[in-house]
Amino acid sequence: MIGALATLLACQLAGEVLARALHLPVPGPVIGMALLFAGLLLRGREAPPALEATSDALLGNLGLLFVPAGVGVMLYLPLLARDWAPLSLGVVAGTLAAIAATGRLAQWLLRGR
Amino acid sequence: MSELGEIWVYLAREPLAALTATLLAWLGALRLQRACRRHPLANPVLFAVLILAAGLLASGIDYRSYFEGAQFVHFLLGPATVALAVPLYRQWHAVRRSALLAALSVVTGGLLAAAVGVGIALALRAAPEVVASLAPRSVTTPVAMGIAERIGGLPSLTAALVIASGITGAALGPLVLDMARVRDMRARGLAIGTASHGIGTARALSVNATAGAFSGLAMGLNALASALLLPLLWRTLFG
Repeated sequence: MIGALATLLACQLAGEVLARALHLPVPGPVIGMALLFAGLLLRGREAPPALEATSDALLGNLGLLFVPAGVGVMLYLPLLARDWAPLSLGVVAGTLAAIAATGRLAQWLLRGR
Repeated sequence: MSELGEIWVYLAREPLAALTATLLAWLGALRLQRACRRHPLANPVLFAVLILAAGLLASGIDYRSYFEGAQFVHFLLGPATVALAVPLYRQWHAVRRSALLAALSVVTGGLLAAAVGVGIALALRAAPEVVASLAPRSVTTPVAMGIAERIGGLPSLTAALVIASGITGAALGPLVLDMARVRDMRARGLAIGTASHGIGTARALSVNATAGAFSGLAMGLNALASALLLPLLWRTLFG
């Protein structure tokens, strides 16, 4: 488990370093995900069981990890009170329109494949 | 009384209390979700945020001192994002054949998500920094905050809107996809991951492995595409 955690952290660290050194607009963890994926592809076999177990444990509780940032909503109560209509409509309509459109488009593009 | 005061000072300074409270709120939220028989609207992230925000407001503890402790949970978002490579690799034989077409749907959907949100905010005459904060809200939190900063939004308001979009998509997305008759698990995953990043992916993973892998792929692709395209588009349209 420590080895797997070290692998994840090393990929993230390499991603952060690359993002800063090359002035990439993409954040470190996303580059780290690409690096780990490339590493698994190059290795060619099934992912190591310890890495699978640690990743599944982290992703199985992914929702929890958003909670501390989510509580930050309480800082914006005055702004939310003033602009609640455009904010809530923008979030709900934008999200649901994007889900319906992406789903239809993807289903059509991927048909028969 | 002074002893109680000392205990209070200790608890406020150490991360222990904030961490314990976060985990307990999460366990309570999961229990609530089960009590609602896992109804899609019963989202545990929403429950936990409401429990903790109410607790902080009631006890007069400010968010910054709470976050000092809770940041240890927040920190795990980075390794968890890296870990998304593992389910993606596991599903790679299924994803590979359709990677290019999947990317095309994700980029189109991601831009649409931004455009509809911005359009509504402009039509309702929201403040310019509110409009800019809405644009990157379908992208995963750290990326969205970076984009917001570059286009004149408020990064921490964006973080809140990102989470609201995640909860909206995780809660209502499956219903919308049923109504739109999207039954292909790959397409369902792509749609949820594009509009609702990690919170949607968490739900997709818990429902179906294929949908989860495509959702993780969509989240990564949309983060990449939005980080590259949104600042450029913003400068062209509003610059």
